[in-house]
Amino acid sequence: MPGFGITLGYTLLYLGLLVLLPLGALIAKASGIGLSGIIAVAVEPRVAAALWTSFSISLVAAAVASLFGLLVAWALTRYDFPGRRIVDAIVDLPFALPTAVAGIALAALYAPNGWVGSFLEPLGLKVAYTPLGIFVALVFIGLPFAVRTVQPLIADIERELEEASALLGASRWRTVWSILLPPLLPGVLTGFALAFARAVGEYGSVIFIAGNLPYVSEIAPLLIVIKLSEYDYTGATVIATIMLAISFTALLVINLLQAWSRKRFGYV
Amino acid sequence: MSDAIAVHLAPPSPSVPVVTERRWVRRLTIAVALAFLFLFVILPLAVVFVEAFRRGWGGYLAALQEADAQAAIRLTLTVAAISVPANVIFGLAASWAIAKFEFKGKSLLITLIDLPFSVSPVVSGLIYLLLFGAQGLWGSWLMAHGVKVAFALPGIVLATIFVTFPFVARQLIPLMQEQGTAEEEAALTLGASGWRTFLTVTLPNIRWGLLYGVLLCNARAMGEFGAVSVVSGHIRGLTNTIPLHVEILYNEYNFVAAFAVASLLACLALLTLALKSVLEWRHGADLAGGAHR
Amino acid sequence: MGIRVAGVTKAFAGAAALHDIDLAVRPGELLALLGPSGSGKTTLLRIIAGLVEADRGQVFFGGLDATTLPVQKRQVGFVFQHYALFKHMSVADNIAYGLRVRTRASRPSRAEIRRRTSELLDLVQLSGYESRFPSQLSGGQRQRVALARALAVEPRVLLLDEPFGALDAKVRKDLRAWLRDIHERTGKTTVFVTHDQDEALELADRVAVLNQGRLEQVGSPDDVQDHPATPFVMTFLGQAARFPADIRDGRVLVRGKPVPVAASRSQGSPFQLYCRPWHLKPTAPGQGHQTGTISGVRRLGSMRRIEVLRADGAKLEVEVPLATSLRQGEEIGLEIVDGVLFPES
Repeated sequence: MPGFGITLGYTLLYLGLLVLLPLGALIAKASGIGLSGIIAVAVEPRVAAALWTSFSISLVAAAVASLFGLLVAWALTRYDFPGRRIVDAIVDLPFALPTAVAGIALAALYAPNGWVGSFLEPLGLKVAYTPLGIFVALVFIGLPFAVRTVQPLIADIERELEEASALLGASRWRTVWSILLPPLLPGVLTGFALAFARAVGEYGSVIFIAGNLPYVSEIAPLLIVIKLSEYDYTGATVIATIMLAISFTALLVINLLQAWSRKRFGYV
Repeated sequence: MSDAIAVHLAPPSPSVPVVTERRWVRRLTIAVALAFLFLFVILPLAVVFVEAFRRGWGGYLAALQEADAQAAIRLTLTVAAISVPANVIFGLAASWAIAKFEFKGKSLLITLIDLPFSVSPVVSGLIYLLLFGAQGLWGSWLMAHGVKVAFALPGIVLATIFVTFPFVARQLIPLMQEQGTAEEEAALTLGASGWRTFLTVTLPNIRWGLLYGVLLCNARAMGEFGAVSVVSGHIRGLTNTIPLHVEILYNEYNFVAAFAVASLLACLALLTLALKSVLEWRHGADLAGGAHR
Repeated sequence: MGIRVAGVTKAFAGAAALHDIDLAVRPGELLALLGPSGSGKTTLLRIIAGLVEADRGQVFFGGLDATTLPVQKRQVGFVFQHYALFKHMSVADNIAYGLRVRTRASRPSRAEIRRRTSELLDLVQLSGYESRFPSQLSGGQRQRVALARALAVEPRVLLLDEPFGALDAKVRKDLRAWLRDIHERTGKTTVFVTHDQDEALELADRVAVLNQGRLEQVGSPDDVQDHPATPFVMTFLGQAARFPADIRDGRVLVRGKPVPVAASRSQGSPFQLYCRPWHLKPTAPGQGHQTGTISGVRRLGSMRRIEVLRADGAKLEVEVPLATSLRQGEEIGLEIVDGVLFPES
């Protein structure tokens, strides 16, 4: 088989120049700042607040997206209803729709005079320009990840397992709870981690709806942009480094989770 | 094994709900799922078009024909025209090397290829600024030699390549791994050259997977906001792509124009989804092995 | 507790249908449902279990009409071909599942569940495997866990769907003997589905042969082998050669020569006489009912099988003693010494 040298060489060169070198620049810059320098920036009240906003809302949004993602995946896979295929395709929209478009659309929807916002306003519920708006945007962004990681697992459920459970006397509810859902857990957690990793770094769909009030609804990626516009490369680098560390931890957790599941139960 | 089960399984009988839930539970689940999707996915999409046409066709077309909008469209097409082929060539090379050969560190290489997916778009832009920006590693050297990378087309292209980096390769690697090397070896023993083998044997086998990867890569390349926003400098008419132009219009409270321009991207997304679904329905088996993303 | 199936009929598109099945399984009996694929045997088993609803007909467990009883309340033990073990549960949790899902009132205490689980593990010879997961077991071990799980709920009856179908030949053989042993120890009325006649004949007290959704015969292994009720049973249970025959003056004739087979009536034709390899005996060429050339000789356990090629190209198998002097290429005659007579259909 020919072409090994040239294809691998090109792959490594391209990867090295376009991905590893720039990431290396970030790491170089961060190590130039040093751990104490990083901590000094991270505890600045505005930076700490932005990191907290990003991580806490991302966690909640990823959890909600996972929950509804499971429900949507279940309905799409187990039940038949008119338009199922189209709905199935629509699930990927948050992934395909450019984030800026999603951002202005969500802002328009949930603004006090928007289609949804005008319903919520009388209830005293403000979504746009509050942390709740960030939450809405991040649920939107996380949904496809949550659905698509559990969907194949639901499709793979063996019918005989449900029959076996019913034959042993279990009610339908019990069968769903004890037999069908537990094997989906690794998938749900993987989807959660993916949605979380994506949500933490999300920028475009959030900034329009967030209101971007420092200490309240300012997300970490936005603060990087602000620091950059102030030519504070050090501050930007520190926040970026912390965010990278968190997403890589999330990915590591995913991998460990899948390895554990495969080893123990023989499936992912 | 599932085939064997399917053969001797009777269709479920309605009065004995062994393998499904009661009807009201099914209906409730479907209703909640659809309501959720309606609220979170359909409505945002609908609002884009409704807002875009708030002042009718005239206002819509005017927004698209405006000079800055035209410049943004041209820039976005240019960026995609450079970055997508670049990633296709990389994807083909990487998947060939990874799928057809055994070497040490392969799984590390695959992980590294996936890396850009887990980097925030804003950080993706930042890392190029750290290299090419005024305060960056090579910034002063570039400035002295009159080369503009940051806040110019090259920077936008680089950042776009970074965020769309894994799409094609990720689609092709599992596909090529699944197809193995038997067909290529057959062609080679029949005297075909390596390049000819690739064109006549490998490429036809992976064409649908390649198309799928290109679709996703292109959609993201044209729609990328965060990374491009950081490296572009937002120079109107010069370094503004469509998503950046949307932002500017929106921040100027020119909502109709913002949504009109955004609707172009929404159409691109819908087209991408439609083609993707058609590919999945028609050629699902030829895409197999490819993870969903 | 016996099982009775009365007038069960089931029709569905594309799957094995059933036509008016009547079957009584005696208390404590081990009955095999035998038939080729598509004969409806699995459908019948699933109807008994309540997994499939019959279009017509009833299912009784002892005196209880279970026809409308939902699966969850039928209290049958069911074992699937592919085990259907709960992969995320340990062996002990799998076995205890049926007890744990009971309502609080009828649920045994934790200690009692633990005791029962270890008792059953003992019974299926898997003590010490409590905390293993199904993925860590061999196929044969998984099927034993599946059986223990089915027995844990103290089922009225035990139903097994091709229980050894997914296992390799050696394990299958071992498990047969073991299942027989368990059946004797528990005394549960048991129905198992198989397409393997050896398995059915070796294991079962009685065999019910199904073909195309109809019950062809129910009887002991000796019964169905020695007195097959239909040509299908005759050919499905083993090799059989077929000869056109007729009856004249109360004697059965093949090619005009009498055969020592009892005639069911005094006159008539046409009939078919079905002969097993041991129903044919070699004689001198030109004598007997058939003539042919030996085209093969091979050993089959304590006997020898010779293959005889007839002039019309048909091949007959004949069983002869080990110490035979017959050689390949030799011309011989064949005498029919026994057989089963069926009217031509």
